[in-house]
Order: sequence, then C-alpha cells, then structure tokens
Amino acid sequence: MSATSFVRLLERVGAQGEGLLAYLGGLGYLALDVLKHTFAGLVTRPRIKADETFFQMVRLGVRAVPIIFLVQLLVGMTLSFTLAPVLSDYGQLDKLATVISKAVFPQLGPLLASVVLTGFAGAAIAAELGTMVVGEEIAALRTSAIQPIRFLVVPRVIACILMTVALTVLANVVGTAGGGLVAYLVLDIDPWQYYHTAINSLIIKDVATGLIKGGIFGFIIVIVSCYEGLSVTGGAGGVGRATTNSVVRSIFLIITANCAFTALFYFVW
Amino acid sequence: MSETVEPILEVRGVQKFFDGRQVLKDINLMVAPGETVVVLGPSGCGKSTLLRVIIGEHAPDAGHVYMWGEDVCCASAERLDRLRQRFGVLFQSGALYSSMTVGENVALPLREHTDLDDQIIEMVVKMKLELVGLRDFENLMPSQISGGMRKRVGLARAIARDPQILFYDEPTSGLDPIATSVIGQLIIDLRTKLGVTSIVVTHDMKSALRIGDRIAMLYGGEFIAVGTPEDFRNPTDERVRQFVEGLADGPIPLRVSKTNYLSDLLGVGQPDGQ
Ligand SMILES: Nc1ncnc2c1ncn2[C@@H]1O[C@H](COP(=O)(O)OP(=O)(O)OP(=O)(O)O)[C@@H](O)[C@H]1O
Ligand SMILES: [Mg+2]
Repeated sequence: MSATSFVRLLERVGAQGEGLLAYLGGLGYLALDVLKHTFAGLVTRPRIKADETFFQMVRLGVRAVPIIFLVQLLVGMTLSFTLAPVLSDYGQLDKLATVISKAVFPQLGPLLASVVLTGFAGAAIAAELGTMVVGEEIAALRTSAIQPIRFLVVPRVIACILMTVALTVLANVVGTAGGGLVAYLVLDIDPWQYYHTAINSLIIKDVATGLIKGGIFGFIIVIVSCYEGLSVTGGAGGVGRATTNSVVRSIFLIITANCAFTALFYFVW
Repeated sequence: MSETVEPILEVRGVQKFFDGRQVLKDINLMVAPGETVVVLGPSGCGKSTLLRVIIGEHAPDAGHVYMWGEDVCCASAERLDRLRQRFGVLFQSGALYSSMTVGENVALPLREHTDLDDQIIEMVVKMKLELVGLRDFENLMPSQISGGMRKRVGLARAIARDPQILFYDEPTSGLDPIATSVIGQLIIDLRTKLGVTSIVVTHDMKSALRIGDRIAMLYGGEFIAVGTPEDFRNPTDERVRQFVEGLADGPIPLRVSKTNYLSDLLGVGQPDGQ
C-alpha cells in the first residue's frame, strides 16, 4: 500500500470516528435535556403528562408482549435442547435449571426483550417523530411555546424504560419456563424440581443486573429513536432512513452496552 | 408609519444563507402596534424563510429581530418561550398535529399554558372554530379534512390564545373565493376590534390590497418596494407592476436557473456564458 493511500485511509477512519463521536455527543446532549425536563416536570409545573405516558406504555410495550412471549419460549426451549446433552455427559442433568436461569435472567432476557422492542418501539418512535418534523408539527409546537422534549420525548422515555424493564421480567420468566417445558416433556425432569432448582440457584445479582440492564437498554432505544426522528431532514425518504438507522444503531449500542455492563458487573459486584 | 411609536416588531439587517446560497440579504422592517403588513413576492423568494427567522425558528446569519424590544435571536429558551406565548403563527402547510382531532389542535395551546377548565376550553375552541367556519368539524382528524380546511384550523389554533402579533404564511392560498374573503375579513376584524398586529405573507394581490396597511415586496432577498396599498395600485417600479398585474413578460423571470436550457437538456450542463 502506498504512503498516500495509507494516509487517505487514516483520514477516512478519522472522519468516521469523528462522525461517531458527534453522533454520540448528540445522543448525550438529548439525554441530558431529557433528564433536565424530567426532573423539572417532577417538581414544577408543567408536570409530566401522566396520561400520555400511560398511553405510550400501552402503545409501545403492550403490543410487544405476544412476540416476546413466543421468542423467549423458543429461546428457552432451544437452550434446553442444546445444554441437556452436555450436562448429561457430565452427569449433571439436574443442574439444567441452574444453567438456563443463569443464562436467561442476567443476559438473554434483557437482551432479547430489548432487541424485539427496538423493532416495535424504536421504529415507531422514529417514524412518528420524523413525520412530525416533516409536517412542521415540531416547529408548530415550539412556536406555541410547547417544548417538544417535554411534551413528546419525556413521556416516551419514561414509557419505554418502564416497559423494557417489565418486558424483561416477562422474558426472564418465559425463557426459563421454556427450558422447563422441554425438560418436562423430553427429559423427564419434574417441573417442581426444575422450578426449585432455578429459584434456589438465582442470586439477587442475577435478577438485579438483568433488570438494570433492561432499563438501560430501554433508555438507549428511546434516546436513539427520538434523536433519529427529531433530526430527520428531507421528506419521506428521511423518515425511512431514520427508522432503519434507529433500529440498526439501537441494536448495536445495546450489544455494546451489554458487553460493557456485563464486564462491569463481573468486576465490581 | 409614525416615527414616534415604539415598533412592536423590528427586523434589522437580517441575512440568511442556505448551503452558501443567499436567500435573504439585508432585510429591514419596522412594524407599529396594530399595523397589518403584507409581504408579497414571487414563489421561492424567501418569504417563508423570513417568517421563520422572525419567529425564532431559523437563526439569521446576520442581523437581528426585535419583538417588544427584545432580541429574538439571542433570547434564552425561557425568554423565547415567553415571547412565543404572545404571538401566533399560521404555517404555510397548516402544520396541524396529525395525532389529534381538530378540536384538540385548537385546544392544545390553551391546555398547555392556561389553567382554564375543560368546559371553558371547549367553549373557546368552538368559538375559534366558528370564526373560521369549521365548528362542525371539531371531532375529525386532520387527515379527514381538506387542505384549505386544514389551513383554517391552523388559523383557529393560532388565534386560540388571543396573541398580540399574528404571522400568517399564505392564509388564503388553496381557499375558494368566499373562504378567502372570510379569512381576509377575519384578519381585518382582529386588527380593528382587538388591535392585533399582523404580518401576512401572500401571493394574492386582491387580499393584499384589501387587508394591508402597508405592503412590502420581497424580491432577490430584499424589499424592493414598501408602501401603502395605494402605492401598489399604481406602481412605479417595473418589477412591482409585473407582479401586481401578473404579467408573464417583464423584469422578473419565472426561471431562475443559471445553466443554459439547451445544453442542460443535451446533458452538457455548462454554465451559460451568454
Ligand atoms: N431548509 C432549507 N434548506 C435549504 N434551502 C432552503 C430551506 N428552506 C428554504 N430554502 C430555500 O430558500 C428559498 C426560499 O424558500 P421559501 O420557502 O422561503 O420561499 P417562499 O417565498 O416562501 O416561497 P412560496 O411562496 O412558494 O412559499 C428557496 O429557494 C428554497 O430552496
Ligand atoms: Mg412560503
């Protein structure tokens, strides 16, 4: 490789890195703005819109319940089929519930729940806010002295975080139960014994880190999708790009954050 | 315009560029309280852009906008919001909130900024919708009404809180002659009965001459003529005459492209050197 093309490559990488930094900076700025408006809305008027928040919870989260249920059931069953032969080789088949619940509660539950929710909530938010930008609705809100962050973003942020945590709980239970289903039907393990093994082997850390991560992933989804939606330019094409980007970038950031937090919890807890 | 009255709105030396292209160059305007100023100009000359700069949506690249003596461009978010509560804007597209009904659209500024209870808000909404002739459409969604109706709902929303200054971006385009006349009369009534100051952007010469105390014509990023409706009935400037009389031939070309049409068609696309 010639020296000049190497320099050009470095420049390219540098520009990409700069773009990424600017993007993360934009997300961070939005996140700070949201926090500011949330705390302001807790203590002073105008208050956070409770009815709007509830409406968004239903809209963004409740519709994702069936699909998360199904996905987690299948994942739990798959885990059971995969791990059972290994465990029985070591004569440890009675530990199946331990292994599955330890995989689901801190990792697979929050991860898969939030990835599914990215497709539901993230795409919906980005498309909706993007359309509002294109239709000058956001500008109209601003000129009516209604802050779009307070009016539109804060209810969605609260709803999305709460729903991700709630759906993580669902995903955890269903995933572990899916493993138990295979254990009962195929491996002849008593469901009660499976249940007690799972309960006894889970420690607070497993459950708590899973829920904390669920909340963080929910925050990532909603901040990325609001940011993408609010920065739409150029009509319907821009809305489509924002929707795609919000899904792709949320999933990438969720997986990155998952790795970082797993490492963090490994060392400090 | 009298020099003694403190202007309610002042635009001083405003410039605006988009991607290096200058859309507004050196705009100056003083508006006295209670005055109706009509801004005319060919499509794409920057009328909406000027309006967006004035209401604080776009930051100007140079110059200042003062409302009630306060600089809109450098105001803090809180101060800007306080100013925004005192003026209303009708957007060119109507800009209705698509997830709310017509009635909720009009009610929103009241719900957000006042402590009025629901019954009173309901009454105000009906009154404002009646003013634009749409009282029966309160429960429809914006997607269920026509473009001209959307614009009238936008107007009802803009006047919901009885603002002191109103900005209209083409309030009558897309309306039939009767609705145009009704909206024109509404703008006049707001001024005579409530002393509202209005800035009206329009193409419609007939409404302009009827409602304006003063008319300003924007062309090439500047006001090329500012005067009373009388001045505009008998214009001296050739460009103003062409616009007022709607002539195809004259100093204002329809096409503003800088490339030669023929070479562009043939795919050469060289700048036209004449
Ligand atoms: N966000 C933007 N980015 C880039 N260019 C823009 C933007 N907004 C407006 N322009 C350009 O500024 C010029 C003026 O646009 P503007 O919308 O102000 O025109 P107008 O006078 O309101 O026209 P019309 O009467 O058709 O509404 C146009 O040439 C347009 O291309
Ligand atoms: Mg316009």
